[in-house]
Amino acid sequence: MISRNRYRVQRIGFALLTLAALTVVLPILFVVGAIVARGIGAISWEFLTAMPGNGMKAGGIFPAIVGTLLLTLGTALAAIPVGVAGAIYLAEYARDNRLTRAIRLAIVNLAGIPSVVYGLFGVGLFVLFLRFGTSILAGSLTLAIMTLPVIISTAEEALRAVPVEFRTVSASLGGTRWQGIRNIVLPQALPGIITGIILGLLRAAVETAPILFTVAAFFLPRLPHSPLDQTMALPYHLYVISTQVPGMPLEIQYGTALVLLALVLSMNVVATMIRSYFRRKRQW
Amino acid sequence: MSTQAPITPKIQIDHVSYSYDGKLMLRDVTLDVPANAITVFFGPAGSGKSTLLRLINRLNDLVDGTQMTGRILLDGQDIYAPGVNVPALRRRVGMVFALPLPLPGTVRENIIYGPRLAGERDPGRLEEIVVRSLTQAALWDEVKDRLDSPATALSGGQQQRLCIARSLALEPDVLLLDEPTSGLDPISTGKVEDSLFELKQRYTIIIVPHSIQQAARVADFAAFFLMGELVEYRPGREIFTAPRDRRTEDYITGRFG
Amino acid sequence: MSKTTPIRRTEFIVEAFIRVMGFSTIGFVLLIFLFLLREGVPTFFEVPLDNLFGTRWYPTFGLFGTLPLILGSLLVTITAIVIALPLGVATAVFVREVAPHWAREILKPMIEVLAGIPSVVLGFFGMTLVAPLVRDALGAPTGLTAFTGALILAYMALPTIISVAEDALDAVPKSYRDAGLAMGATQWQTIWRVVVPAARSGILTAVMLGMGRAIGETMAVMMVTGNAARMPLSLDSFFRPIRTMTATIAAEMGEVAQGSTHYHALFGIGIVLFVVTFIINLAAASTMFQKRRRGGLR
Repeated sequence: MISRNRYRVQRIGFALLTLAALTVVLPILFVVGAIVARGIGAISWEFLTAMPGNGMKAGGIFPAIVGTLLLTLGTALAAIPVGVAGAIYLAEYARDNRLTRAIRLAIVNLAGIPSVVYGLFGVGLFVLFLRFGTSILAGSLTLAIMTLPVIISTAEEALRAVPVEFRTVSASLGGTRWQGIRNIVLPQALPGIITGIILGLLRAAVETAPILFTVAAFFLPRLPHSPLDQTMALPYHLYVISTQVPGMPLEIQYGTALVLLALVLSMNVVATMIRSYFRRKRQW
Repeated sequence: MSTQAPITPKIQIDHVSYSYDGKLMLRDVTLDVPANAITVFFGPAGSGKSTLLRLINRLNDLVDGTQMTGRILLDGQDIYAPGVNVPALRRRVGMVFALPLPLPGTVRENIIYGPRLAGERDPGRLEEIVVRSLTQAALWDEVKDRLDSPATALSGGQQQRLCIARSLALEPDVLLLDEPTSGLDPISTGKVEDSLFELKQRYTIIIVPHSIQQAARVADFAAFFLMGELVEYRPGREIFTAPRDRRTEDYITGRFG
Repeated sequence: MSKTTPIRRTEFIVEAFIRVMGFSTIGFVLLIFLFLLREGVPTFFEVPLDNLFGTRWYPTFGLFGTLPLILGSLLVTITAIVIALPLGVATAVFVREVAPHWAREILKPMIEVLAGIPSVVLGFFGMTLVAPLVRDALGAPTGLTAFTGALILAYMALPTIISVAEDALDAVPKSYRDAGLAMGATQWQTIWRVVVPAARSGILTAVMLGMGRAIGETMAVMMVTGNAARMPLSLDSFFRPIRTMTATIAAEMGEVAQGSTHYHALFGIGIVLFVVTFIINLAAASTMFQKRRRGGLR
């Protein structure tokens, strides 16, 4: 018979654990709640679609939204082919040798490099050495390399989840390795790969440090119209208006933060929905 | 010991030894497989019979860490010679596995997968292939109205016959079956065995049965394997009623399993 | 037995592309390191070592003492981990071992929300809402302090710590828990004397990855720590502004002339960050590797 003392200890212990969990969770609610409450007032159709005015203190954040979309597009174009191909290599072609372990180590390291170091690298290679200047091109390429490890990891996992039997069957029916991948494995892994891409691109869209010196500008009179142009971007916009513009209305700051938050939350929901929808439809 | 079959052999296995991960799975196996007959490889688990099967369509190429000596000839040509087109070989030597493994997709998509990979695009010809293979696998009547439903909606026995039809769609010369009825109920098993009797008129069939009874039912020729060694290879009628080797007799009578 | 040549050629190209892309990650790591070196190594030729390791960072006056920055990063990071480690492990234990199903269904998405909040948004929140609170609570002149930075950083590291710790707890076989309970221990005792010790190496990995995340964080700390490059030598440095390595780069990179000593120095700091996170991730990866190879839980 366990003594009452031990049970009391357990009850206190569990209470402490609950307290810890609450300490983690409540501030999250508070952050989201505060930003929604204080920022919702600024959100309107004009806010999202109009150009800013009055030294950024009024008007909309349209160019920042456009800029973020352009950067995300650029990142996607660069990172998706490399990332998915890399994942296919790791899942379907690579053997268990030192080279493969080196590749995996490289991925872990790319994932761990601080975002500001990516920014430095982007300046060193793309802006200066390759003479792209501060441009959407430089920014996208920098973000693309940063996004690569996420895409490769999730895509590889999605590919490995497809049962190995399909490859065997394809081979026994006269299929080459690539034919099996292209016709069976890849289509089956596609939902997982797409989810990974969405989440990876999402991270790239809201990062500030890598774009600080590779592409971002604060006040541009018009929208960018070539990859060599600079652009505004949402995260950078929030950073500047909250730290470097005196007299910036608080509501606009919160509004911008809310747009960023809403972007992240909604895309996460979309990705989760895609994942669960296709998981139900799976034929294995 | 091996016996020369009276007809020209379709497949010749010539002093084949095979090891995987350092372990010897097949020791110096030599036997001839005749065309248009059902040849059975039987023996206890781990005796090498499934391994040998996979060597015949080079499915073991997909595995690392293996070593093989000896030759395997199909119609007199070494299938392991350098420069051999392996996908084409696998179209000539089809395989059905122990568990029904439908590909994701409809019944029709499963059947035409192989031919499409081989380059067949004409929808008319593809449809002919669908009808022909399903009929040969004795499945046509049951699925002719369901060609566009997912293959996973079929019962286990139907799925397995679908897999047979899938291999037949490529019009192979040889059909290898690795315990094809092990997951099936007796009625489905019977249907599969019946279709094999039909099929052997056009194809060469090698089957690893999942029971000795099945071996006795279907075998025209039977090879008994024990621990990687070919112990005895004789016509089916003879080997099950009057085995020559003590070990064969012990296995058949159930002294070990 | 021959295949049509066009198919063979396209396939060859596709597979070659796949192989090259597979190796590309190694290429990128090397490329990044190379460029950091290219622009950062000149620092050692332009700045004498006693300057570089000095205690004053005033680039405009030619003083490139990196100690305040390094110590600033260390102070904020270590404090953040000290806060986040117990909170994170406790939450992971709570979610995995104690929480009822409905609570788990709420907690896990919430933690994912936290993981998704962009660092600039958290920094903004910290700056506008948390810093004033800290200021008022301490009666200090400003709320932008090392402590505030550590607080925000702790929450940014929490999702990483929680999820890796959760995985580690998941990996402990049910039989361990059953054995503990069968021997008459309460669930609490089983958790802390059987399960958590068994998940030791995984929890260690979680801490290392959390640390790597914290050291590399830029925007949030930049907006919240006050950005004063001072040596944190006394206890009250906690509640004074400080500056991290990452914030230094982000704040000053825009103002440097390309090729100047200041420019090279910033890249030099970048090299330090690269190497430090490389080592941390290497250590974390190898603990995971060893665990898998030994096939067990130690």
